[in-house]
Amino acid sequence: MAEFLVGAAAFILAMVALGLLRILRGPGDADRIMAAQLLGTGGIAAVLLLGAATGEAATVDVALTLALLAAFAAFAFVKAKLAQTPGESRTADGP
Amino acid sequence: MSLFLDLWTVVAVVAGAFFFFAGTVGLLRFPDSLTRLHALSKADNLGLGLVVLGLLPQVDSVAAGLKIVGIWLLVLLSGATAAQWIARTLRHSGPGP
Amino acid sequence: MTEVLNVGLAALILGLAVWTIVAREAPAAVAGFIVYGLLLTLVWLQLQGIDVALTEAAIGGGLTGVLLISAAVRLRSTESTARAQRPSASTRWLAAALSAAVTGALATCVLALPEPAPTLAPEVLANIAVTEVGNPITAVLLAFRAMDTLLEAIVLLFVLIGVWSLAPDRAWGGRPGLLQQADPNGMLDYVARVLPPIGIVAGIYIFWIGADYPGGKFQGATLLAAMWLLVMMAGLADAPPISRRWLRWLLVAGPLAFIAVGVVGAVMAGAFLAYPQGYAKSLILVIEFALMPTLTVVLGLMLLGAPQRGESP
Repeated sequence: MAEFLVGAAAFILAMVALGLLRILRGPGDADRIMAAQLLGTGGIAAVLLLGAATGEAATVDVALTLALLAAFAAFAFVKAKLAQTPGESRTADGP
Repeated sequence: MSLFLDLWTVVAVVAGAFFFFAGTVGLLRFPDSLTRLHALSKADNLGLGLVVLGLLPQVDSVAAGLKIVGIWLLVLLSGATAAQWIARTLRHSGPGP
Repeated sequence: MTEVLNVGLAALILGLAVWTIVAREAPAAVAGFIVYGLLLTLVWLQLQGIDVALTEAAIGGGLTGVLLISAAVRLRSTESTARAQRPSASTRWLAAALSAAVTGALATCVLALPEPAPTLAPEVLANIAVTEVGNPITAVLLAFRAMDTLLEAIVLLFVLIGVWSLAPDRAWGGRPGLLQQADPNGMLDYVARVLPPIGIVAGIYIFWIGADYPGGKFQGATLLAAMWLLVMMAGLADAPPISRRWLRWLLVAGPLAFIAVGVVGAVMAGAFLAYPQGYAKSLILVIEFALMPTLTVVLGLMLLGAPQRGESP
């Protein structure tokens, strides 16, 4: 079971590596933000799998911290991108 | 019982990994930013959700199980709102190549 | 399978490090750097350093990433001039060669260590009962090497003063950062109302369990600072002017309490920062409770940057 979980973590890590290509190529900042978000979620999944594989309970706290800070970083990034097009955040879109 | 739980873990984690794979492929191969955003949210919701579901039998306490479900809900929240925001930005500036 | 994971991680990290340096645009390099921090977290987990993994996830991934993003945004207008002034190719090759040489020397030193490597861990574990905390990292940071932690807290204050010194004269004492527009229908407004309560609970939780399990005040303070910054980013609260007395008291409260505990130790136990028998846990708690708000405010203010506006809103 532990070997399987580590293998799953390695597979998801490979997905993270592939997602990096989108960060590299991404024709716009939005694509880079999206790729970073996928990598964050993949990272959290990998951390949870590794924690279950080693039986170390505290790894869940690492995943919790990652989740909160990934949210924070994503919004900081989107906000920074919006800073170059002022007026976007002030538009109340639709109903 | 333990065999059934282990089977559950294997099946759910494999399914979750598949959705991560699908999400990554979508992110790399879909033609424009909005469709890539769609692929991303699938990986977030289903990929992580299935992995969390699969790991529930492996944790040693109810509290730990609630914690990892909470982590998934947190990722759902931030993923959904970030996706909304990115979509709005793309609508204003055009979906791009 | 673990070996495959480790080799894959190492290769990925090296490749990403090279790419981050070579990337042409700052935002792309910053995104690469944030992923680099995430991968380092996994590395620390593999090395069984959960506390370090927690700190790397908090500081290396989140906080440093946001710091670099703000810097990249601010430097956007100067990027073309910066690129024109890049050092010549031979200088860059020389720098790369020297960096590789230093890395190789470090790697050789680590690999040449005798097996098992010399370490003080057994002595820490032998003496940990005296400190009344269960987490050996906390015991080292706040009992055996408390002096280092005190000095680090003071260094953080110096960093903050350094950041403040970049303020233009007219803005000295004012509020850092630009005024953020609050958009009641916006996504950021929603997230800044829903996420911080969860983040604050998580931050206090990680601070509290640091006594016996991986965690501690530094990681907890980072979470609290991140939530504070999120609220400010959404325009729901404004950055405080740095001349406010309560702000400055919060900043010095941590190190002052730490020094006070040290003096108490000098008087009652014979050495600065020594803990009298039986009082170790309570004194450690005093230090942690005093340092937590200080660290939160320091980290938040560091990310906000130098004051740019006057004191009135």
